[in-house]
Amino acid sequence: MVEQEGIRRYVAHIILWIGIAIVAFPVYIAIVASTQDNALIANGQMSLLPGGHFFEVYYQTIFVGTSGSTREPVANMMLNSLIMALLIAVGKIAISIISAYAIVYFRFPLRMPIFWLIFITLMLPVEVRIYPTYKIVADLNMLDSYAGLALPLIASATATLLFRQFFMTVPDELLEASRIDGAGPLRFFWDTLLPLSRTNMAALFVILFILGWNQYLWPLLITTRDDMQTIQVGIRKMITTTDALTEWPIVMATAVLAMLPPVFVVVAMQKLFVRGLVETEK
Amino acid sequence: MQKQAIFQSKLLPYLLVAPQLAVVLIFFYWPALQAVVQSFLLQDAFGLSSSFVWFDNYIELFKDPAYFESIIRTFFFSFAIAVSSLSFALLLAVMADKPLRGVMLYRTLLIWPYAVAPPVVGVLWIFMLHPSLGVISRYLRAAGIDWNPLLDGNQAATLIILAAAWKQISYNFLFFLAGLQAIPKSVFEAAAIDGARPMRRFWTVTFPLLSPTIFFLLVVNIVYAFFDTFGIIDTMTRGGPGTSTVTLVYKVYSDGLLGGNLGSSAAQSVILMILVIVLTGIQFRFVERKVTY
Repeated sequence: MVEQEGIRRYVAHIILWIGIAIVAFPVYIAIVASTQDNALIANGQMSLLPGGHFFEVYYQTIFVGTSGSTREPVANMMLNSLIMALLIAVGKIAISIISAYAIVYFRFPLRMPIFWLIFITLMLPVEVRIYPTYKIVADLNMLDSYAGLALPLIASATATLLFRQFFMTVPDELLEASRIDGAGPLRFFWDTLLPLSRTNMAALFVILFILGWNQYLWPLLITTRDDMQTIQVGIRKMITTTDALTEWPIVMATAVLAMLPPVFVVVAMQKLFVRGLVETEK
Repeated sequence: MQKQAIFQSKLLPYLLVAPQLAVVLIFFYWPALQAVVQSFLLQDAFGLSSSFVWFDNYIELFKDPAYFESIIRTFFFSFAIAVSSLSFALLLAVMADKPLRGVMLYRTLLIWPYAVAPPVVGVLWIFMLHPSLGVISRYLRAAGIDWNPLLDGNQAATLIILAAAWKQISYNFLFFLAGLQAIPKSVFEAAAIDGARPMRRFWTVTFPLLSPTIFFLLVVNIVYAFFDTFGIIDTMTRGGPGTSTVTLVYKVYSDGLLGGNLGSSAAQSVILMILVIVLTGIQFRFVERKVTY
């Protein structure tokens, strides 16, 4: 091994802890602020240590909402975000895995044109076609609906490509074997291919769930009713009013609540998360 | 890319691709096509009729100094975010690549900000650096800096770059660490035997071997800065003060909100599409090269 003098190691530990501190500091401040009195914060006299208002602030945030700007309980916003994130993750995986199956395991006219039609969507995020998409969703009467929130975000090829790649590595002998057992295409898909894809699906689910939960511009445009707001949109509306009226402890509690589910997913399912990240971004 | 063992069926494959094809056609191709068509049209003041005007919308756009400024600004933001985030993440990854105790813990503690949504990042940072109540602003003022990002455009830009770079650290760190771990340790040993000091080893061995990762991350970070900064900007500055933090995506959004010029907004969308396609193209080419090399 290359020489590793003790001092160098200490330096490495110190730099890493500084990095961790920089990364954690904004969140620490948010947690601290969410336990304090708004008057103190508004005066610029916020303490750097936790205050004593934890329960009342979180109770109000979750069940009541701000008293001024949005008046929407954050629990409801979280439910909307959860439904949207799940619809995006499950929907995308479901439609992608079957279309990848068709493209890999069947020969049919228009196979390659269809593959390319799907592949090209990889390039353009929803942001670049935002108003035309808005118009279509409005024409389809899907404003303020979960379908309207999720469907345009499902229209992309990442998952299809991943499953296609994975199916290509599945040995042909498996298909031959299940054919000898008398299985048709649907049986083979359900009994053989789907169980083999479990890890891929889980990794993809983790990434798509985080991306779905964190969507912002799209829900901002197509939700007009307060009770359809996602938490990311809700938090922005809380600081819309003039600064003096912003209820900072509630805003910060909402920020903490908005971070909790995706951060939990990253930490608890780190292996799947890293795998999904590396696979989807290539 | 052909499989040898396949199924024979006339109808089934079409049924299987139908759902995805429907979603893609309705929510991707149709709107994208609309944007392209609209970018060649000029609507009258009441939105009742429109006429075909060739590239007038584009020409108008490029004559508009505000649009030109926002192009420059977007590229500047992207570059600043990418460089600051990449260099800090690389430093952390090089440290975490050493045989230290607790490396897994370090990794966990460094990667979670990936999961924080852009608007939340914006809220966290504006709160820390808010001119009147921010915890850090106190110290800046005590240090004699006249800190007010809500009034000073340059300070607002700095704030957005810092916040966006902060969010990208974890992603970059993760990929750098993976890249570093893929370099055979024997290469470093050889360099050490040749008498290269650690700093020199980094610049002559690690950095060149890591260049594919660096290039990949550069492209990803720039695309990130193009799109995901929207949430950060919208919660922190709303493009202000003035137009000092209006990026291309923000401009598409805010011009469209005002509802005025559909043709211009569509032309802006098309230009964004072309930019992203070029960036993605670069990324694909490069990834391919890395695979064959």
